[in-house]
Amino acid sequence: MSAVIPIQLDQGCSDAPVLLERGQREVFCGLTGIIWLHRKMQDAFFLVVGSRTCAHLIQSAAGVMIFAEPRFATAILDERDLAGLADAQDELDRVVQRLLERRPDIRLLFLVGSCPSEVIKLDLSRAAGRLSERFMPQVRVLNYSGSGIETTFTQGEDACLAALVPVLPVSMQQHEPELLIVGALADVVEDQFARLFTAMGIQRFAFFPSRRSTALPAISPQTRFLLAQPFLADSARALEDRGARRVPAPFPLGAEGSAAWMQAAGAAMGLSERVEQAIAPARQRAELALAAHRALLAGKHVFFFPDSQLEVPLARFLARELGMQLSEVGTPYLHRQHLAEELAWLPAGTALSEGQDVDKQLDRCRALRPDIVVCGLGLANPLESEGFTTKWSIELVFTPIQGFEQAGDLAGLFTRPLTRRQLLAA
Amino acid sequence: MQLTLWTYEGPPHVGAMRIATAMREVHYVLHAPQGDTYADLLFTMIERRTERPPVTYTTFQARDLGSDTAQLFKDAARDAYERFKPQALLVGASCTAELIQDDPGGLTQALNLPVPVIPLELPAYQKKENWGAAETFYQLVRHLAVKPSEPRAKGDMPRCNILGPTALGFRHRDDVREIRQLLAQIGVAINVVAPLGASPQDLARLADADFNIVLYPEVAHQAAGWMARHLGQPATKTIPIGAGATREFIREVAALAGLDPDLAASEAHSHAPWYARSVDANYLTAKRVFVFGDASHAIAAACVAATELGFKVVGLGTYSREFARDVREAAALYGIEALISDDYLEVEAAISAAGPELVLGTQMERHIAKRLGLPCAVISAPVHVQDFPARYSPQMGFEGANVLFDTWVHPLMMGLEEHLIGMFRGDFEFHEDAAPSHLGGPAAAAAPPAALIDVPAPPAAWAPDAEKELRKIPFFVRGKARRNTEAYALSKSVPVITVETLYDAKAHFSR
Repeated sequence: MSAVIPIQLDQGCSDAPVLLERGQREVFCGLTGIIWLHRKMQDAFFLVVGSRTCAHLIQSAAGVMIFAEPRFATAILDERDLAGLADAQDELDRVVQRLLERRPDIRLLFLVGSCPSEVIKLDLSRAAGRLSERFMPQVRVLNYSGSGIETTFTQGEDACLAALVPVLPVSMQQHEPELLIVGALADVVEDQFARLFTAMGIQRFAFFPSRRSTALPAISPQTRFLLAQPFLADSARALEDRGARRVPAPFPLGAEGSAAWMQAAGAAMGLSERVEQAIAPARQRAELALAAHRALLAGKHVFFFPDSQLEVPLARFLARELGMQLSEVGTPYLHRQHLAEELAWLPAGTALSEGQDVDKQLDRCRALRPDIVVCGLGLANPLESEGFTTKWSIELVFTPIQGFEQAGDLAGLFTRPLTRRQLLAA
Repeated sequence: MQLTLWTYEGPPHVGAMRIATAMREVHYVLHAPQGDTYADLLFTMIERRTERPPVTYTTFQARDLGSDTAQLFKDAARDAYERFKPQALLVGASCTAELIQDDPGGLTQALNLPVPVIPLELPAYQKKENWGAAETFYQLVRHLAVKPSEPRAKGDMPRCNILGPTALGFRHRDDVREIRQLLAQIGVAINVVAPLGASPQDLARLADADFNIVLYPEVAHQAAGWMARHLGQPATKTIPIGAGATREFIREVAALAGLDPDLAASEAHSHAPWYARSVDANYLTAKRVFVFGDASHAIAAACVAATELGFKVVGLGTYSREFARDVREAAALYGIEALISDDYLEVEAAISAAGPELVLGTQMERHIAKRLGLPCAVISAPVHVQDFPARYSPQMGFEGANVLFDTWVHPLMMGLEEHLIGMFRGDFEFHEDAAPSHLGGPAAAAAPPAALIDVPAPPAAWAPDAEKELRKIPFFVRGKARRNTEAYALSKSVPVITVETLYDAKAHFSR
């Protein structure tokens, strides 16, 4: 636990009971992660091996992006592939060959497993190994699963990064610690963090995933990694398996969260005195930006449906920095260790739920009548038509929200629907 | 395996959802893994529905596979029945659940629910969305329509059913309103509109109609066939898209209803035929148009383009394999080969090769056209949110014909604008590199998708003076002139294209 984070163990939700629910889950599968991951990794291609449903899902989620010669596609399984497995491997080779001929600029190819490919036990790791041998050194081929049976929404990024960890080069660094920031961040956020780290005096830091697969960060037992996203359980474990050590911290959402995250980074690198000085101006700007939104949001009740695992850090930010009341905080998966600092910061007695039975959760939501509901696009318009104000959650994953300069924008995502409701009623 | 960047149609269970969502008092229990609920947002976002689709998913996960997914399905079906109390329950499996081979139909029968349970067999690895919609509607009709024991007593007015409109259908909402009005005008009563807005009880009385109107064969063709065989109801064949087809449709309906149609009265609001005759529309003559979409809309659009707007149809195709034969027959009318494909790269190559001046297609063609710098209008699903408009905008009937005229002509340069550009070419504001005002932004000059399409090397070099002469030809026909000249040079084995060759080619092609 970082010494600079003031945690009082008699408060918060560290030991709070969590409502565990099983039932219909209104969530995306991990394939959706491709939509933002391919924007981040500029020379990577994501080939889903799945059904027409998978292709349709990505198309629906990607909206218009799909038309700009995207770096993702689906190899749609048909009846012939289901008939015999050996045949499916040959088919996959043929599809990959055709794809790489078409896109000679690709350096990293992910074979992404889906529900159908998992259920028929199509061995994509073997395929990736075979294809890697064939196309290296031009193209490295890796695999991970983005299937709905195994991953929920942002867990697709976790699976992808975890697949990438074993191929990270070994750092020659022997003594001094080096810092690795883990989790895809918008370029603008990454650049801001890089400037702050430099100002703090951190010499060696890198971001993972990197923008190009030819410049993957190196790791060693001297590597300290700091998670920028709360949904990276498997990636963290894979990094730990290679000797790197996680720096515990809350997540960089809001002025307070970003400051604690930066302080944790500084402490892990053995710096302390320049940290405050380096982040002070940005922190002040963030607090100033938040003040305007606090007037609108303070005292309002917010209800989170599970979606991305960002719910707990977001709820913490809304409660502590904007004075909102938490009706229920739902998350698809609660990683107690990675969220320890966040849970300690949540107001005591917050209703937490993990998993989902969507109809029952809707009943609870209707009974509580929150002022704003954070939910997916499948629920948002139906709830609006029932008179609720909603904030659709997928935008929280696609918009730059981390860091000091985005704190005001993040609060703005919640004030806008409330303001709009007022404007339209007037 | 088929390499797919994107797809014109979703999987068949999305077709089933379109039927369930269109109807009232129906619930669909779908055996599907976590994540398949993405399909809900097609309805809540693209169509902006105010209610969740009436679909319960089992959303099984990996840990459920080891245990009893069949029990999961039974629980989901029972809970869904208890919560929603539908008049009929649809049950089925999505692509992944098809692989694990639980039997939704059998499992639900075992629950002894007090409502009809209709199992859907939708082969996800062979069939697609429209097939799924057609099959689901057919199964609903087959299970629920009650065959009367004795012939129906004839009422005052002939009665019909309107079949085919669904949720997520391109302009289905307004087409139904337009056709309802039309039928009221000619004196035909409507028994049931289905599936859009119908309940299982409504389907039970489908037999009370004298005949059926099939608005969308992709959805209703199979059900209408069954009703013709088992309920003795004939069905219409004409799709009333365009003023001419609407007149034909009225004649067909009147014949089935035994009425004498008053064409003149029903046609009163038809502006499109006059607009097409007005002199401003002269410049539309023989505009090259490429048409792609679902079979019905593509065939209808090609007919309107050729016979009502005086365009030249240079390409016609569909992604609906089930109706490939109809499209081939239609294409033969225009002396062209139909393109039957669901691969957008093939469509893009075909559009590029045909060199049209207007593309009529789906949202995919809209993007292809944007990339090629061509004007485009949308005539068929799949479409994006802007094609579920707030305003009244049918495709069918006489108001539909008006909508088509405006929609298709708008992306083209208006006649006067085109004339001015021809007259003042080289003028500082009307020069050839200026963007057409309707496309906005800089001229889509370069950026051809060179990587996608094999463009054969030019057969002959252009002499500098010929190149200069070519640039005097208005830019919107220059591409065609260049292609024609090069083809001519190739056929005559001319090594260098001179000014002479250019005009020889012009003379050759103008014969």
